[in-house]
Formats: sequence, C-alpha cells, structure tokens
Amino acid sequence: MSQKKLAIIATKGTLDWAYPPFILASTAAALDYEVQIFFTFYGLQLLRKDVSGLKVSPLGNPGMPMKMPFGPKWFRGINWNIPNAIQSIVPGYESLATALMKKTIANNGVESVENMRMFCQEADVKFIACQMTVELFGFSHDDFIDGLEYAGAAKMFEFAGDADICLYM
Amino acid sequence: MNFDKELDARGLNCPLPILRAKKALNELTTGQVLKIVATDPGAIKDFEAFAKQTGNELLSSAQAGTEFTFFIKSK
Repeated sequence: MSQKKLAIIATKGTLDWAYPPFILASTAAALDYEVQIFFTFYGLQLLRKDVSGLKVSPLGNPGMPMKMPFGPKWFRGINWNIPNAIQSIVPGYESLATALMKKTIANNGVESVENMRMFCQEADVKFIACQMTVELFGFSHDDFIDGLEYAGAAKMFEFAGDADICLYM
Repeated sequence: MNFDKELDARGLNCPLPILRAKKALNELTTGQVLKIVATDPGAIKDFEAFAKQTGNELLSSAQAGTEFTFFIKSK
C-alpha cells in the first residue's frame, strides 16, 4: 500500500485557526500520511518564531462561546453574549478574549500552538511558506522558524495534485 | 496483560494521546506491546481508527470509571 498524502492550505492567522492545520497535520502524520502545509496570506503568522501574539476575535464571530475559564461551575457555564457594537468599542476586548481562550486551552489539556507546530515538524510534516505573501506583507525570512521552504502556488499544486485529501482552511 | 512499555496519557486531549502513542510505538520492536492509559472520552474511537489505519493491532480496549486503557501491539 503506497503512502497516503494530505495537503493543507492554511490561510488564517488567529489563535483559534492556528489549531486545525497543526492538529490535522500531526494526526495524519501519526497515521503514516505524508503531509504538506502551504501557508499563505494570514496563515504565515503561524510560522513566525514568536506566536505569542496570535489573537482570537469574538467580534463578528457568533459561533464563539464567551465563557469564563475560572470560578464556580455555574459561573463558568454562563455564555456572555455581548453585542458586536459593544465589543467593538471596548478597548482591549480582543486581548481579554485571547487571554481567556489561552486559559481555557490550558485548562483542557490542549497543547500550545508552538508545541503543536513542533510536533508537526518532528513528524516530518513539510511546511511551505508562500513567498509572494512574505513580500506582500513586508516580512523577512528572519521572522520565521527554521525548516521552511519558500515557494509559490505551483509548488503547492505539485504535492496537492497527487494528494488523497486536500483541505483549505 | 503483559506489556513492554506504558504511556500515561491522562489529562491529555486530542490529538496528543495519538501522537504520544505513535512516538512510543516507534520505540518498540515488532510484536512488543504498548499499554496506554487515557482520560480523553474520544480516545476509544480514536485508538480504534489509529490501529486500523496504521496496522498496529489493538489487542484490547477497556473503560474503568473515567479512565480508558488500551493495549496495542507494535507492527
């Protein structure tokens, strides 16, 4: 049986969207898939040396529960349904939501983004960074972790064209 | 059941038990058995799927309270 292939295109640069590509890629690698992730546009944020600046925004995201990761059970269960109009004028709202999400992640035995990324690299998941976006956003290769290949869309298709599964996220 | 290596995956959530199990199995030789203890409620289905796809045989899967115990034979 030949090795299965998974191709992922990661385009989002937020704390919540950092997880799906790294979780699926590392799991597929554990299932003996050959895996490649093409990071483009905001997805490049996931490759920065320092990912502590990744944020999650509840603004315009009605699917995101806003629950407190501390306090008694009844308090944790409350969903703080705050209207967009208010979210958008409260200074630091995004930072607060990000801090709460990081606490929730730690409480639930979910790994940090940095470690998930490291597990992928340890499992030979190949990371391709979109060179065009690097230039478009004014990044330099020094901003990113080691072990990346810089290439364009054609390089993505070289692998994705033969992949059993291709996911855009 | 006899085993050659034990993995404590308690408190870890998806996909960490699978990733750690894969790593541990890589350190075993063919026929050796890995015991895994996990608390992730998704682990039962996940280890069944893991075994089926990787060819490492799931010898047994049991639940005691909130803990799940698996025995997997390295391929």
